[in-house]
Amino acid sequence: MAVDKNMNVLIVDDYSTMLRIIKNLLKQLGFNNVDEASDGGMAYEKLTNKPYGLVISDWNMEPVTGLDLLKKIRASSESFKAVPFIMITAESKTENVIMAKQAGVSNYIVKPFNAETLKMKISAVLGEF
Amino acid sequence: MTEVSPKMQDQSYGRDQVVKIINSVLSRAEQPRTEQITAIYGELIELKRIIEEARAEIGATRANEISEKHIPTATDELDAVVAATADATGRIMDSCDLIEEGASSLGNETGEKISAEVIKIYEACSFQDITGQRIQKVVGTMRTIEDKVEKLVTALGTSGKGGQAGEEEDTRSPDEKLLNGPQLPGNAISQDDIDRILSEA
Repeated sequence: MAVDKNMNVLIVDDYSTMLRIIKNLLKQLGFNNVDEASDGGMAYEKLTNKPYGLVISDWNMEPVTGLDLLKKIRASSESFKAVPFIMITAESKTENVIMAKQAGVSNYIVKPFNAETLKMKISAVLGEF
Repeated sequence: MTEVSPKMQDQSYGRDQVVKIINSVLSRAEQPRTEQITAIYGELIELKRIIEEARAEIGATRANEISEKHIPTATDELDAVVAATADATGRIMDSCDLIEEGASSLGNETGEKISAEVIKIYEACSFQDITGQRIQKVVGTMRTIEDKVEKLVTALGTSGKGGQAGEEEDTRSPDEKLLNGPQLPGNAISQDDIDRILSEA
């Protein structure tokens, strides 16, 4: 199935620089409907108000981390319960990856990363585009 | 940087000597009562002297300066590094956005090549996020050290201000004493201020 590049994408990071980088890379990949949130709490609120086809989130944020957000999404009974969720983080220890996997992460990108890696991981989650 | 005095390094008192005295005090318990009291009193006086010397030595190292001056200065400098790199990264990306707009409007192979290079610049800009997180970790560690030093000074009941040793001697040359840059934003004067000062001469 072809990937709908008009889908809404939610990116979550507490570093405005990182939000801007991800947004620009997504734009280069053809995704133009990108919303931003600076922590898991704000992201969850946005999810309840608008349908998103993909969530790309940092892990290390306060007060609600990316892992907390992922757990909350997967535990919810809302329509976004199964939304594809990619974690982009500097946390690259095995236990972090296992924890994210157990929480239901769709894919995992370690910072720093490039556009090619981002494209590859999105393709792995949504399909080739 | 505050250094440990040679006296502190050389003296044999310390944990071993305190343990020795405590053992000696305990062994007195086996002696007749009068001898016990006299000997224990003597040992306690010795113990008191050692503790007072240790407190004086810690005070002379000006341990309070670690938590009141050195660490706050270092953390402020690191915070300024994070802020400055974030600002610079933002401006680099502003320029990238403009270049990207121009490249897109070309609509040819050259434009595509330029766009590809702009993506590489965006990717490289993620260094700011990584370095920012690393610096925040260092700042956190330094604040932990600051906290522990404060507790140590409080526990030993010393001001940590080094009254005996007096002010730390500044051994820098006159030129070196002038070199304290780069200044933190709040401590600096602007180029306009500098120009005004020079024009007043």
